[in-house]
Amino acid sequence: MNASKSLSSLGGFFTRRSIEAPADIESAALRSDRFRLEREGDWRRLESIVSRMEKGGLKKVNDEDLLALPTLYRTAASSLSVARETSLDLATLGYLESLVQRAWFQVYGPRKGLFAWLREFLFGGWSRAVQAIWLDICIALFVSISGAVVGWLLVEQDNEWFFRLVPERMAQGRVPGATRESLESMLAVEQDAGGLSTFAASLFSNNAGVSILAFALGFAFGIPSLLLLVHNMALLGAMIWVFGSVGLGYEFGGWLSVHGTTELFGIVLSGAAGLHIGRSMAFPGKAAVLDAAAAAGRRAAVVMLGVVIMMIVAALLEAFPRQLVEGATNRYLIGGFFLAFWLSYFFLLRVPAPGAVKGKA
Amino acid sequence: MASAPISQAANTLSSGKRARALVTPEGLAMPVVVASRSARIGALMLDLIILLTALFLIDVALDAILGGVGIDPDLTATDNNSAAREFVMITSIILGFAGWYGYFLVQELGPRGATFGKRILGIRVAARGGARLTPEAVIARNLLRDVEIFYPIVFLLFTLALSVMGEMDSAMLWAALIWFLLFALFPLFNKDALRAGDIVAGTWVVEAPKAKLAAAISTQGAASVESASAVTGTRYEFGEAELSIYGERELQTLERMLREGNEEALSAVHTTICRKIGWEPGEGDERAFLEAYYAQLRARLENNMRFGLRKADKHS
Repeated sequence: MNASKSLSSLGGFFTRRSIEAPADIESAALRSDRFRLEREGDWRRLESIVSRMEKGGLKKVNDEDLLALPTLYRTAASSLSVARETSLDLATLGYLESLVQRAWFQVYGPRKGLFAWLREFLFGGWSRAVQAIWLDICIALFVSISGAVVGWLLVEQDNEWFFRLVPERMAQGRVPGATRESLESMLAVEQDAGGLSTFAASLFSNNAGVSILAFALGFAFGIPSLLLLVHNMALLGAMIWVFGSVGLGYEFGGWLSVHGTTELFGIVLSGAAGLHIGRSMAFPGKAAVLDAAAAAGRRAAVVMLGVVIMMIVAALLEAFPRQLVEGATNRYLIGGFFLAFWLSYFFLLRVPAPGAVKGKA
Repeated sequence: MASAPISQAANTLSSGKRARALVTPEGLAMPVVVASRSARIGALMLDLIILLTALFLIDVALDAILGGVGIDPDLTATDNNSAAREFVMITSIILGFAGWYGYFLVQELGPRGATFGKRILGIRVAARGGARLTPEAVIARNLLRDVEIFYPIVFLLFTLALSVMGEMDSAMLWAALIWFLLFALFPLFNKDALRAGDIVAGTWVVEAPKAKLAAAISTQGAASVESASAVTGTRYEFGEAELSIYGERELQTLERMLREGNEEALSAVHTTICRKIGWEPGEGDERAFLEAYYAQLRARLENNMRFGLRKADKHS
C-alpha cells in the first residue's frame, strides 16, 4: 500500500516535471518550431516513461503512465510523420525518430519475461516443438541407427576400423581383444560417490556442447548434422561390437541405457533440429528462404533448449545411478523408465498453443 | 577553403546505405539503421572481455575462498578435503556454462534488447520486418554463435598446434580455416550484415540512437520573432535573391554548426555566406547574422515545402 503510494507520487513528480512548459511558444519565429514547442511536453513524458521501462521493465512505471503509453506513442509517431513533411529542423527530426523507435521497441517488445516463457515451455511448448519436427526426428533416428549398424559391421569385418573410429583417449582400454575381465570391470559400480559429481558436471558440459554443435551445423543444409550423428553412432556401434564379442552385450546395454536413453534421445533431437533448419532452407516451399529459415530456426531453438535440459538429466544419470546401481536388469529398468517418460512427455502431452496470447500479439 | 564546412554536410538523418524502413503495425514507416559491421565486432569483443574477466574473477575468488579456509585448490592433492574441492569445481563448471549462454540470453531478452557491449556501442537486437522479438529467436541466434565463432577458433588453434608439431596434415588446417572464414565473413556478403544466427533466428542488429531534444533555435537570439542582434541591435533582413541560394542540405549543416557553436567555424561560414550573397562581411556579430539567416532561410524553405516545392541543396 505504502509502496504503491510513494510510487505514484514519484510518477506524478516525473509527469509534472516533464510537462513543464518549454520556452515561450510566442517567441518562436517559425511555424514548425511552434508545432514542436506545443507537443514537446508529450514527447518528454513519453521519453521519461520509455527510459524507465528500459531501465527496469514494467515495475518502474505506474498504471497511469502505462495507460498513457500507447496514446503517447501514437502521438509521437504522428508528430514524426507531420514533422517530416513540414519541418527542416534536423535536431527535432532526429530526436523524434529515436524516440518513436525506442517507444516502439517497448510497446512491441517481448511480451513475456524469461520465466513466464520458461513455464509455458515446460508445460506444452517444448512438446509442441518436438511434435512439429517429427519428420526430421524420424530421419535423424534412421540415420543414427544406420550409423550404429555401420560401425558394428565395419569393426566386425576388420578390427582396425575400431581404432580409426574411436579416439584413443575415449577408448580407455575398451578395445577389440581386451579380456572379458577387464571389460567387465568397466561396467562395475564405483564404491562410493566421491568424484562423480565433477564427472557429471564435465560430462554435461561436453554433451551439451556436442548437441549444440549438431544443431548449429544444420545451417549448412543439415548435412553436417547428419554426418555428426553417423560418426557418433558408428562409434557406439563399434563399442557394442567390442563388448558383444566377449559376450557382454546384454550387460553393456544395461550400463549404457541408464543415461543413454536420455542422452542418445537428446543427440537425435539436436540432429533433427539441425536437419529441420537445413531442410527448410533447402526446400523453403512457398515462403522466402530467409522467412522459412527463421521460422524453422525458432522452432528448432525451442527443441534445443529442451535438449540442454535432457543433457543435464543424462549427466546426472551417467554419474550417479549408472556408477552406483548394480545389475543389468536394474539398469535397464532405469533407462526404460526414462525412455518411456520422454516419449510420453513429447508425444502424449498435447497442450494447444496459447491462442489468446497469440491473438493479442 | 571557407566553403568546406557547408559542402561537407553529412546527412545524419539517413545513414546512407544502411538505412531501412520498418513498417509498424500502425502503418508508419519507421526508419532503422542497420548496425555497422565494425560496431558489431566491437560489441562482441567487449562482451567477451566482460564475460571472460567476470568468469576469471569468479574462479580466482572461489580458489581464494578455498585457500582461505586452508584447502589446497589443486585437484590432484590427496587429503580429505576432496568434497569441498569438488563442490567448487562443479560450481565453476556450471557458472561457466550458465555465464556463457545466460549472459547473452538474459540481456538480449531484456527491455533494451542488447548486451553490455551492444549498449555501449548503441546497437540492439530486433526482429526483422517489424515483428515482436521472441525468446525463441534470441535463443536460436545465440546458440549459433558457438558454431560461428567459438568452435572454429578452437578448432583452428587446435589444428594449428598439431600441424606445427607435424602430427596432422595441412588439409585439416585448411578445413578449419575455411570453416572459420565462411562464418566470419558471412555478414560481409549480405546487405543487412546478418550473421548465420540472425538468419536462423529472423533477427537483425540495428542502431538504437538515444537523441536528446535540443533547444529550438528560432526561440533564441537573432532567430526569434524580434530577431535583433544582442550585440549591435541590428535586424538582419534578407531578400528573396539572398535566400534562394541555399537548399535543405546547407540549412541543416548550418543548424548543426549553430548548435555546436564553434566560433572559428561560424566566422568562416559567415564570410562564405556574405560573399555568396554579395554582402560586405563584417566582424564581431557573426552569430546573430547566422541565426537570422538560418531562421529566414528555414522559414522560406519550409513555406515552399508546404506547397510541395523542395530544394535539396544549392545545386538544385
